[in-house]
Amino acid sequence: MIRGIIIGVLAVGVAGTAYWGYQEHREKNAILLNAENNYQRAFHDLTYEMDLLNDKIGTTLAMNSRHSLSPSLVEVWRLTSEAHSDVGQLPLTLLPFNKTEEFLAQIGKFSYQTAVRDLEKEPLSDEEYETLKVLYKQSGDIQSELRKVQHMVLENNLRWMDVELALASGKEQTDNTIIDGFKTVEKTVSGYDESDFGPSFTNMQMKDENFKKIKGKTISKKEATSIAKKYMKFDGTAEVKVTESGKGSDYGFYSVSIRNKDTGQEGSMDITKKAGFPIWFINYREVNEQKNSLNDANLKAAAFLKENGYKNLELFESTQYDNTGVFNFVTNENNIRIYPEAIKVEVALDNGNIIGFSAEEYLKSLNETREIEKPVLTSEQARAKVNPNFKVMEERQAIIVNDLNKEVLCYEFLGTIENDTYRIFINAVDGTEEEVEKLKNAEEVYNEVI
Amino acid sequence: MKKKIVKFTVPILISLCIMPFTFLETNKAFAFSNQVIQQGAVGDDVIELQSRLQYLGFYNKKIDGVFGWSTYWALRNFQYEFGLPIDGLAGTDTKAKLVKASKYNKQFVKEQINKGNKFTHYGGVDQKKQSAPQPKAPAAKEPAAKAPAAKAPAKPANPKPAAPNQEAPKATPNKPTAANTPGGFSSNDIQLMANAVYGEARGEPYTGQVAVAAVILNRVNSASFPNTVSGVIFEPGAFTAVADGQIWLTPNEQAKKAVLDAMNGIDPTGEALYYFNPATATSKWIWSRPQIKRIGKHIFCE
Repeated sequence: MIRGIIIGVLAVGVAGTAYWGYQEHREKNAILLNAENNYQRAFHDLTYEMDLLNDKIGTTLAMNSRHSLSPSLVEVWRLTSEAHSDVGQLPLTLLPFNKTEEFLAQIGKFSYQTAVRDLEKEPLSDEEYETLKVLYKQSGDIQSELRKVQHMVLENNLRWMDVELALASGKEQTDNTIIDGFKTVEKTVSGYDESDFGPSFTNMQMKDENFKKIKGKTISKKEATSIAKKYMKFDGTAEVKVTESGKGSDYGFYSVSIRNKDTGQEGSMDITKKAGFPIWFINYREVNEQKNSLNDANLKAAAFLKENGYKNLELFESTQYDNTGVFNFVTNENNIRIYPEAIKVEVALDNGNIIGFSAEEYLKSLNETREIEKPVLTSEQARAKVNPNFKVMEERQAIIVNDLNKEVLCYEFLGTIENDTYRIFINAVDGTEEEVEKLKNAEEVYNEVI
Repeated sequence: MKKKIVKFTVPILISLCIMPFTFLETNKAFAFSNQVIQQGAVGDDVIELQSRLQYLGFYNKKIDGVFGWSTYWALRNFQYEFGLPIDGLAGTDTKAKLVKASKYNKQFVKEQINKGNKFTHYGGVDQKKQSAPQPKAPAAKEPAAKAPAAKAPAKPANPKPAAPNQEAPKATPNKPTAANTPGGFSSNDIQLMANAVYGEARGEPYTGQVAVAAVILNRVNSASFPNTVSGVIFEPGAFTAVADGQIWLTPNEQAKKAVLDAMNGIDPTGEALYYFNPATATSKWIWSRPQIKRIGKHIFCE
């Protein structure tokens, strides 16, 4: 009797477990299929866009009229950005595929720069035409490689989930058609030289990655320590660790981390080896309740910069985040603001100490021998170029880095259209509207967010 | 005897003389703290500044306690109209003039903010008409939601037509209803990045957390990665915290602060695009990247 009941219960249990397991299995498969489908979509989109891209560059080459050239280049630009976003959705992070992505970004940049230009006034130069031809050929190569991969994927029913698993397990050497195919694409692109883009194509990054414009002799570790102590206000008893930057860095720097055992104060700082400029530092601690006003903190930040020998800086933006104030300073030379030379200083509003500092931008653009050209337009002429609805409140001259990565002298107009504030830069030489920036209003706090 | 009378009367006389002033002073005593209020500031003084400017019709946006551009222009207009030096700073003189020219009903304003009502603070309008209770439905996203009967009678010194376009504040008591965010980022971006930083590096030193946030931002700016914060974070396989779901842990304030530091330009990594934990890294390829430096447990590389 009891045996019968036990057997019955167990039988029901086994059946139940089997059913449950089957359900789980089905759900798991459904989810895997869903993820797989997303990958497949991104992949097929990518190949389709590379097809289109190649076609579009081809038609652009055949065009003669300036009127159709611009829209066509804009189309190329749009396609590259979509292809780029598709690559970002594929599980390729651990696979070196960045050359291809950079290639896409470069086509995008090239087509953008030529499309936004007034092609009536400044038509495509011979070099640019050559560049376009080269791009056409290269995009064709990538297209055919990707098509091969696509064909194999369709033919053999290959799954991206396997790629992800293969990459995650670190067994890349295992034979995986998709991975091999993408490696071939990458190899093809690596073969292209950047110089193919022609002399008119300015490098993607004009920024001086090596802090080349800084002059001065190389400092020792010991000097780096004393600089760090001076900036972060540590006394002699603090524990210091200095390490040199690794091989991967574009520029040489020392990393200094300091700890004061008595006070528990902790700071870290990177210092350029050349001339010993601090690139950034963090003097981290919990910031207590606000006791200083933002204005007091502003004065302290300005005094700190002056004390450490930074000249001609003026405050351009101040913001309070909870109990810290962040101040953005830019160089002001003869009443011309030089926006690329910006330093940010972070001040704790409880005791007014400097807790953060970043001068990377400043050091990259710092140029003491910069020659500032004379404006050709008068301020009235420049003012006539801005939107008539724009109510100018402040104006000054300023140097900014424009879309083409060049430093240009501009008239800066700060003002409003209805309730919004804008900053508009008009090139002081040729009157181009270089940049229009809508300035941020404070953001509403939603309950759900912290 | 006479001396005694003098003794008593003098203090009484003095106090009589002072009394009217003290009454005036009490009105002032509640006004503004000593600070010079500068653009970017947040807090009670800013709420008062905005309320007073609105009372006079210079400021017609939401009273949110954040000294943004609208407040800045309103203050400058006020300084212009009242013959003060136009510097956009609320210093002693400006504050004194402002207090003299306007009234500030602190209780009313505070109450409205705490209740999360839509309200305005114009002079010469019945206060009851200037507030509307928070609707039960979630706050309208469009700023077009108009506060009823909030039109202020045009004051002689009113340079702008008062056309209040308020957003409905939705706030918990004693918390600001608005916050500053770094240019180009929303507070939701900060939240998302704080999630990623917390999931990836919650055991790391503070600098290491800033470094992880900086890598995310470096990737956004890099040609070889997606161009948005969310694109970078959710790129398949990019972050282990995303793959194993740790990104959905609730981040602490420190992670949020690290994200703000990184957005404000501090990059402790020397422009790194990758990092890995040498103890747990499974991919051989990552070791082939040129390394820049080590922070905490992570090695950062190009």
